[in-house]
Amino acid sequence: MQAVLQHSPSSEVSSERRKNASAKRTGFLLLSPSVLLLLVWSIVPLVMTLWYSVQNYNLVDPTLHGFAGIDNYWYLLTDPDFLHSLLNTFVLVAGVLAISVGGGTLLAVLYDQDFFGRGIARIMVISPFFIMPTVSALLWKNLMLHPIYGVYSAMMRAVGLTPIDWLARFPLLTVMMIVAWEWLPFAVLILLTAVQSLDGEQREAARMDGADPIARFRYIILPHLSRAISVVVMIETIYLLTVFAEISVTTAGGPGVASTNLAYLIYSRALLQFDVGGASAGGVIAIIIANIVAIFLVRAVARNLEA
Amino acid sequence: MAVKTKTSTRIGVTILGWGIAVWLFFPIFWMFLTSFKNEIQAISTPPKLFFMPTLSSYAEVFERASYWHFTLNTVIVSVGATAIAIALAVPAAYSMAFLPSSRTRSTLLWMLSTRMLPPVGVLVPIYLLARNTHLLDTCTGLAIVDMLTNLPIIVWMLYTFFREVPAPILEAGRMDGASRWQEMTMVLLPLALPGIASTALLSLILCWNEAFWSLNLTSSHAAPLTAFIASFSSPEGLFFGKLSAASTLAVAPILVFGWISQKQLVRGLTFGAVK
Repeated sequence: MQAVLQHSPSSEVSSERRKNASAKRTGFLLLSPSVLLLLVWSIVPLVMTLWYSVQNYNLVDPTLHGFAGIDNYWYLLTDPDFLHSLLNTFVLVAGVLAISVGGGTLLAVLYDQDFFGRGIARIMVISPFFIMPTVSALLWKNLMLHPIYGVYSAMMRAVGLTPIDWLARFPLLTVMMIVAWEWLPFAVLILLTAVQSLDGEQREAARMDGADPIARFRYIILPHLSRAISVVVMIETIYLLTVFAEISVTTAGGPGVASTNLAYLIYSRALLQFDVGGASAGGVIAIIIANIVAIFLVRAVARNLEA
Repeated sequence: MAVKTKTSTRIGVTILGWGIAVWLFFPIFWMFLTSFKNEIQAISTPPKLFFMPTLSSYAEVFERASYWHFTLNTVIVSVGATAIAIALAVPAAYSMAFLPSSRTRSTLLWMLSTRMLPPVGVLVPIYLLARNTHLLDTCTGLAIVDMLTNLPIIVWMLYTFFREVPAPILEAGRMDGASRWQEMTMVLLPLALPGIASTALLSLILCWNEAFWSLNLTSSHAAPLTAFIASFSSPEGLFFGKLSAASTLAVAPILVFGWISQKQLVRGLTFGAVK
């Protein structure tokens, strides 16, 4: 493009400018369908949510209606359940990200090694990503972790331990493990791809220079993976902020609010307590949090993606 | 002069690689196994690895729910949503990659941020809108919602793929008199096909497994496989045989599809975003 500009004589500058203007218009026209749809998709429900959030609106109590002001927000923000669920949301996102990025990097290096049956082993590792959340939650809750009939309980009994009722004793941790089981394979898929695109000669050269495996990992593989890790963090954060089915199926947010995240709290307010006003206030707060995350995280990640 | 890895290291890697693979895959294997047990075998303690296989659980599942109806809905919604999203995203990503303006970057970030909204935050409005436009419990309604939730990620992925295509190739096409449309369909699309294919595959997988909107916006007519599995979850959580059979039926198509297409998925990803 630069070369084209340099070679254009001054008499063609105006035509060049016209071309630029037309390119701008074309760019705008091509982009606008997606932008318009997403604008409608994000603004209309947002405005409606904002409206409901300042109304007294309960589906089971029609006598209660009218303008509520900031009551719904006040009620929610002073509710200890809210802070608890906010904390749970961050623990869940951070925990699963740590497991999938940390574990994913190590597994990517492992499955990059040549060994017998590697292709099949890889497919087995990636498989949980294809399982729908409701199914994986049911699988873990019943077939694996059930305190009486679950396979894990049977194994613990076999070695003389008392089986643990995981979902009752460590609800948030267990939900985190189930979600990590689904998303670790995704990280492995992406990171393995990136490791394999690393130049073999570069690695060989480092090895001949006498770099030990840890140094090779630290100074050659890890820097190469930074962009892939950004991709994983970006896509997974989007999904982890809104984890819902796993909680709904396994613990229904309980016991108490021990495994309730923000998404589930809003759901229980709206559909279990029929408090549309309160749920909408929660929705607005969730949207604000999503935007804060978007500003900090996406910008940091996006810088990495530009490189 | 390649340095030979020590045999002991190689054996260690093999054991570790297979050990982790078996451990991660075990729940899926066990689900498959349990689906061929009757209800007594399914809850025997200790769990049985060897048993007389039976199809009774499958028979009961098929008797209770019309599996094909749910599967057809899932296929229609996933394929429909993916096709429309790709059709909208290709021009958008083209515009961002080849006709960038000062606002391109912030537009992309804004698009991605719309995806971070928890669906529950806007559940009530979307539900009411769907009801008022008669899109509640229709494949069209669910496909539109799935399409819109995946559109930002699809645009972003296609954008990263398109950026890998050298601009001079497109410009050469234009010098030869190709219109924008020809440039896009005849030059860019064939070059970026691996990337587009893997984006579409990812979108199909995400739509197939989407649970929140499908459970809340459909009831019977347009209910997809996620609803099918939900109907086997709560009252009969302890009927492990039926639960496993229904789960196997719900995940088998996408799992097999994923196995077949994982090479393509990986090839596409190498081409763009994670290179």
